[in-house]
Amino acid sequence: MQITIKYFGQIVEVTHKTEETLEVSGNQIADVLNTLQTKYIKLKDLGFQIAQNQELVSLNTKISGAEIALLPPFAGG
Amino acid sequence: MKSKNIKNVFKEGPISSEFIGNSIYKHQSKTSIGAHNIFLGQVRADVVNGKTVSAIEYTAYQDMANQKFHDIREATFNKFQLTCMHIYHSLGTVKAGEICLFVFVSAPHRKVVFKALEYVVEEIKAHVPVFGKEIFEDQSHQWKVNN
Repeated sequence: MQITIKYFGQIVEVTHKTEETLEVSGNQIADVLNTLQTKYIKLKDLGFQIAQNQELVSLNTKISGAEIALLPPFAGG
Repeated sequence: MKSKNIKNVFKEGPISSEFIGNSIYKHQSKTSIGAHNIFLGQVRADVVNGKTVSAIEYTAYQDMANQKFHDIREATFNKFQLTCMHIYHSLGTVKAGEICLFVFVSAPHRKVVFKALEYVVEEIKAHVPVFGKEIFEDQSHQWKVNN
């Protein structure tokens, strides 16, 4: 499935881009993570949460096809 | 279901004292209000390994962040008897000593505004996807983490 993925904060220092569309095989968020960690090995060193359609999701959440975002620790305020 | 009528909380750069003062002024016509409470987040010149933070560059997942601000606003109005509430957060560069977060809650009486303000600020810190790059005086950086 073609999925649009957005990157923020420290994650961008690893991906060198803020957004891309990738082909992901599998049907869970864990499959997206595997695809990304294969492409960007340094992601394994960073802490982040994953959002799908602007809601935080877990690794066993089903991929819906909506936008996914990698969110490093929040620092608002 | 996501609401389509969501306010943009973000402002480019620091939040000025004029803007804050003007916000207070605008509430003087709302005479059912008897108590305001204001939180101002200010960028701190932390010293880390001998280097001083000179500014924070804020970025955000803006669509999700504005949705979260909206959800926090709704939850706060459900939980507390407030007359009104305003939230503004900076994007881009905010220098040490400048204001990056302005939360303003108002109610007829005082007790509720103390509790409501703390609730709003803690919810923002925990749930809104805003990211902060702390820039040191030598232009090196580290990433801020809320705790």
